[in-house]
Amino acid sequence: MKKNIFYQADNLRKKALWVWQETLAIHLRAPETRLASSLSPIEIFVALYYGGVIKFNPSEPLDEKRDRCIISKGHGSICMYPILADLGFFPLQELQRVCQKGSFLGGIPDPIIPGYETVNGSLGHGLGVASGISLALKNKGSNQSVFVVTGDGELHEGANWEAIMFASHHNLDNLNLIVDNNRISMLDHTDNIVSHSDLSKRFSSFGWDCKEIDGHDVIAVQSSLLKQKNTRKGKPKVIIASTLKGRGVPGLQDVPLSHIINPKPELIESLLEKLAVKLLEKEG
Amino acid sequence: MSIKALPMRDAFLERIYQDMNCNSSIYFVSADFGSPVLDKIRENFSDRFVNVGIAEQNLINISAGLALEGFTVFAYSIAPFITMRCYEQIRVSLSLLSEVRPMNVNLIGVGAGYSYVVSGPTHQCYEDITIMRALPNFQILSPSDHIAAAELFDNCVNLNGLKYLRFDAQVLPIVYESAAPVISNGFHVHKQGGEVCLIATGFMLHTALKVASEFERDGQLVSVIDIFDLTNFSDTKLKALLDSYSGVVSLEEGFRGRGGLDSMLFEFISRRNISIKILNIGVEPSYSFELGSREELHEKVGIGLQSVLEQVYDFMDKLYLNNN
Repeated sequence: MKKNIFYQADNLRKKALWVWQETLAIHLRAPETRLASSLSPIEIFVALYYGGVIKFNPSEPLDEKRDRCIISKGHGSICMYPILADLGFFPLQELQRVCQKGSFLGGIPDPIIPGYETVNGSLGHGLGVASGISLALKNKGSNQSVFVVTGDGELHEGANWEAIMFASHHNLDNLNLIVDNNRISMLDHTDNIVSHSDLSKRFSSFGWDCKEIDGHDVIAVQSSLLKQKNTRKGKPKVIIASTLKGRGVPGLQDVPLSHIINPKPELIESLLEKLAVKLLEKEG
Repeated sequence: MSIKALPMRDAFLERIYQDMNCNSSIYFVSADFGSPVLDKIRENFSDRFVNVGIAEQNLINISAGLALEGFTVFAYSIAPFITMRCYEQIRVSLSLLSEVRPMNVNLIGVGAGYSYVVSGPTHQCYEDITIMRALPNFQILSPSDHIAAAELFDNCVNLNGLKYLRFDAQVLPIVYESAAPVISNGFHVHKQGGEVCLIATGFMLHTALKVASEFERDGQLVSVIDIFDLTNFSDTKLKALLDSYSGVVSLEEGFRGRGGLDSMLFEFISRRNISIKILNIGVEPSYSFELGSREELHEKVGIGLQSVLEQVYDFMDKLYLNNN
């Protein structure tokens, strides 16, 4: 089992920027990927995988000693492709072939991807399966933690609430949920569809330990996750990370229809160019 | 000494209970559904029993999670609820995921067909064979008495995979008193001879046996096969049998012409190029709110003894005319 990677603040920020850049580049090559919902959870995944939170083993993805990470918001996790490649789960060159014939990296991630635990993309399944895993680990006396990343729109699926009730009843304090709360579903702001305003109150009333954070402050995300992971007080835990859908892309960021808008290739190219210039200036 | 007939679920759960004593990898998950034997499991193995409440979607996802961590899971509820309420969970978290991560999950659905006689269509189940057949990686098991049900246990615990067991909610007469069926065959021949073979599953085996007795009284032989494994039966053995008949009749306590046992048989006969006439007997597809005994309900929808006798007589007449 490899030790988990622990990046310091500056490196975490740099990594988050690199993942943002790579996610845009993937979308440029594979416009079928969901860009906006893959930009909101970048700092969450970077903190999880580079911030010393998750234990993982790229050479043996299903290593018994790993922490389990269920990425329930499947479509909105294209940013995991560069992360997993960078960490050695598969070669970086694979990022060039997303959505192409013969590639295992599709428009919606499949469980054949090394590093993915379950089926994702059909929404609302991850938390229930993760609760079963958490129960099993407790029963076996295993100390590993279980992480789940969902979107907020996904919480409209009722099966989540069956799992939310179950997890607190069974004191699954090895279960850590992170809600990428970008507040936008496919057609509109979730508050305009079926509101789940004050999500933290809802979780608290269901017996969960709840914390709200700025989901784009990668340092805050890291410290909250580390603290959350080490807290085992008989309650499942949730971090509600306030994020922006389509972050950093004009015409996408916080736009109600951003889920189904594909920005023009020229826009992405110019964003990537500007970023490259900025980075060069910094280095210079 | 004759054996007392038992509910299928109690016979099967007793095997689980016995095995849990020496097999620490078994987990039992219920969606708030019980049985007298389950009370023993709950009491003695409280660390490996969990009641998820009336929440079948969660029942499936919790079961998947437990199985991913290496447990052999038995998930338990009423047949229509454990198949239809949570169908997409079954599809995604079990059928699809098991393509890459094999799991041993056994779904036990109690209440096949009309077995919840007075509970009406919400609790009755005429669609389960059809929809469970649609999913890859599932073995569908449909026993006709408690001895066959209990005999399925070894297959369930030893075979790492997904299974759906459809149990009758009533105590059915024993048909395997002298010897339990050979599970690996997937079917059992109860009567052999004549030109026509009745292939039945679950409760309808008992109707088929009565039909055959009626014909015997008239001096006519009719074969009867109990098919209890609707997915993994011995292809070669069933073909060899069917090759010796002019006609075959499928009998199921499920909607006729909607992808159940009848479709399975059609596809098999066509795929194996068997030359045989076919009659499908099943429930006329519609929902009914009428009350009555199971036999009375069966007569109304075309699968009661009298109704089946008439259909089989008619079928045999046509066969006779064709053959002469």
